[in-house]
Amino acid sequence: MSTTRERASARKRYSIGKSVLDTVDERMGSSKFLTSVFDKIFPDHWSFMVGEIAMDSLIILIATGIYLTLFYVPSQTDVVYAPTSGHVYLPLVGQHMSEAYKSVIDITFNVKFGLIMRQAHHWAALIFLAAVIFHMCRIFFTGAFRKPREVNWIIGLLLWQIVSLEGFTGYSLPDDLLSGTGIRVIYSIVQAIPFNIGSWLVYNLWGGRFPGTVFIPRLFVVHEFLFPLLIVGLLTAHLMILWHQKHTDFPGPGKTETNIRGSRIWPQYALKAGGLMMMVSAATFFLAGFVQINPVWLYGPYTPFNVTAGSQPDWYLGWLDGFVRLWPHWEFRSFGVEIPNPFFPGLLFPGIIFGIMFAWPWIDKKIYNDYGSHNLLDRPRDKPFRTGFGVAAIIFFAILTVGCGTDILANNLHIGFERIYQYLQYGMIVGPVVGFTIAFRTCKALQLTDAHPIQKPLGGVIYRTSTGAYHTVGEAHGEDHGAEHAPAEAAADGRGAEELHSPVGGD
Amino acid sequence: MTTTDDSLSQPQHEGHRGEETDVTAAERIPPGRNPRHFGIDPSEPWPDDVPMDQDDTHWRYEHDPKGARRAELRVAACWTVTLLASLGLAVVYIIDANNQLAGLCWALAFAGLGIGLILWARDLMPGHDVIASRGHHDVSAVADRVAAAESLSRGVDAMARRSFLTKLLLPVGAVFGLATIFPLASLGPRAKADLTKTSWGKGTRAVTQDGTPIRPTDLPVDGILTVFPEGHMDDALSPTLLINVGTDNFRMTKANQGWNIPVSGGGNIVAFSKICTHAGCPASLYNVQSKQLVCPCHQSTFDVLLDCKPVFGPAPRSLPQLPLTVNSDGYIVSQSDYTQPVGPGFWSRG
Repeated sequence: MSTTRERASARKRYSIGKSVLDTVDERMGSSKFLTSVFDKIFPDHWSFMVGEIAMDSLIILIATGIYLTLFYVPSQTDVVYAPTSGHVYLPLVGQHMSEAYKSVIDITFNVKFGLIMRQAHHWAALIFLAAVIFHMCRIFFTGAFRKPREVNWIIGLLLWQIVSLEGFTGYSLPDDLLSGTGIRVIYSIVQAIPFNIGSWLVYNLWGGRFPGTVFIPRLFVVHEFLFPLLIVGLLTAHLMILWHQKHTDFPGPGKTETNIRGSRIWPQYALKAGGLMMMVSAATFFLAGFVQINPVWLYGPYTPFNVTAGSQPDWYLGWLDGFVRLWPHWEFRSFGVEIPNPFFPGLLFPGIIFGIMFAWPWIDKKIYNDYGSHNLLDRPRDKPFRTGFGVAAIIFFAILTVGCGTDILANNLHIGFERIYQYLQYGMIVGPVVGFTIAFRTCKALQLTDAHPIQKPLGGVIYRTSTGAYHTVGEAHGEDHGAEHAPAEAAADGRGAEELHSPVGGD
Repeated sequence: MTTTDDSLSQPQHEGHRGEETDVTAAERIPPGRNPRHFGIDPSEPWPDDVPMDQDDTHWRYEHDPKGARRAELRVAACWTVTLLASLGLAVVYIIDANNQLAGLCWALAFAGLGIGLILWARDLMPGHDVIASRGHHDVSAVADRVAAAESLSRGVDAMARRSFLTKLLLPVGAVFGLATIFPLASLGPRAKADLTKTSWGKGTRAVTQDGTPIRPTDLPVDGILTVFPEGHMDDALSPTLLINVGTDNFRMTKANQGWNIPVSGGGNIVAFSKICTHAGCPASLYNVQSKQLVCPCHQSTFDVLLDCKPVFGPAPRSLPQLPLTVNSDGYIVSQSDYTQPVGPGFWSRG
């Protein structure tokens, strides 16, 4: 087939590659490790891709973020926006604003491609959080957090929380009217921490009474240095543990707890992963070009006595703002102290929710009395309680997130916001219960039929045993468990063959 | 294996799939804490099939040179899009850096590269599924675990022999840990009385955003105006709303007698803190018909005629009222600071 010349050039390429690897090996002893890297096997399922999307968004965020840092001025010094060289946004001329806000206006109007970098940075953050949260749900519903992967569940939760805070600090840096209002609310929530810790903390974080003059510069350090350091550090640990423990996989023919099926990372998988990163970038920049995000020049600079109607945080923090809205007007005062209203929806209940999430791997062990290790994933239907609980949690978060838009809903639906508050307050209690019940029963029904929820059954091979019982071999549906190979797999296995074939032959 | 009906179906449906070894092992697990790994005794020999002897060198168009050529051209076409989009980016930059065109060029450049890479991988790269061992238990051999425990106890024993020192170390460490708070304490001043005070005081003139003092006649009936203590525009707790409630029945209590300014011709000016008692947003939407203030952040609603009592939403307390009077020059001034702390709650407020 191949000509002599092709063979010769193949040998040449090989020897070049080998000499490169040898050069490294003589210094690092790396060959064995590199072989394991090239041959690393990853199972393939579309849902495993979402964690990768999160990582790709992070890379976009770092790249665009470094670019923005080169122009942003972290200062609350008051300046008057005056026409200078280049483009000027006329509606703001003559207005007082912080240097930070002015620098963002300049990035937007006066730096070529500055706006698209800003919008790409913001969109990438929104996609990042969406990917992180979808990834968390996938891990939860398939039981991937079970032993031996509890630590990665915890690291993942920490990443989710820090990334959410990173998003908040990021959209607060422009010091515009909308984000300044968000900072004011956060100030009130932090101030609500009992035992005067709250008052002490806000005066230290803000360098005195709100708004002060040091918070934006400090936020800048947190957003550009502290949180990125934590995110990159935790992500590195996350991936190293994943690499070491190997990826989980759905059960299927030929897959066991002790083996792994998938393609080797080099070259096909690696190229596909690179392609995915390019596609995530393409989507981000398409949005950055065509869909406006966070138009701070329309909001105006922050002043403590102004506010815009329609003040919502970015979507991933909406649940917290919704909780703060929907929580009743209770406040407790006795013995000369006060537990302020925002303490309950802003600190106590989020704390309880986070506590349950962090403890879930151990709660799950107790519920299912299962302390063993698992590499094969659960199908959500096979753990109806867990699935129902997860659905209830999603509905709870979703209703709270809707709750952060009460004013927008009231305006667009022409319903008084008082009624919308009531619907959502009932909804945040009733909704999860209904969701749990429906999910639980759906799981039970799916267990009985063993059908794929959204694919029509394809039918399997039915064998009759000597006692007259019928067995369906493989899946009775066309999912990616490789149903069509099932009889062959079973036949290849000694015990499967005995059970399945002898009755047919015996008759 | 289980006490709940949820997971009863687990061994059954796995049993269909011919994973006999593991399922039977799992079924043997006694109830209660099971330390064994993946349902397998760690001391059992581990299957060690590496993917080396499986053939994953085949690729999609291996036996179809024409198909391979077409696949190659498809990839090349995608990358040509990237090339053109990159040139387009240069043109857009030079002309006027239009955001939409830039976004289109960036997106096309990335998408061309990405789709090309994915097609290259799919059509022309080897990468079939192989099966390999997971290699190790993620749990070490018994001897290794014993060795590690012995190494650890070498130090633990030595420490345990001096129980006085180990017990001393805890409180000392705790105190030293607390001492490291001091650098953090430099970040800001102590709150103390600052929490309960604003910049209003006896005879402080109320001025508008541009510093103009106000006479009672400046505010018509149903008018509303944000005012500041003169010279303290930047104090975020001081912004105050002047409202002329007209002839409506404003609720007077013993506490707020004489805090309002009657205006000749039926007016009645009252002043309330603009800072919402819920989360500190400016409660600045005024519904003249119902005489209610609504905070745009979380829709807390205050009835102005009822001394700004909260009537809806999460706000727990009334907006504090500022005692007003008119000074000898005829300008609106405060009689004193607010008589209660302004804004959201805090621990020592109670």
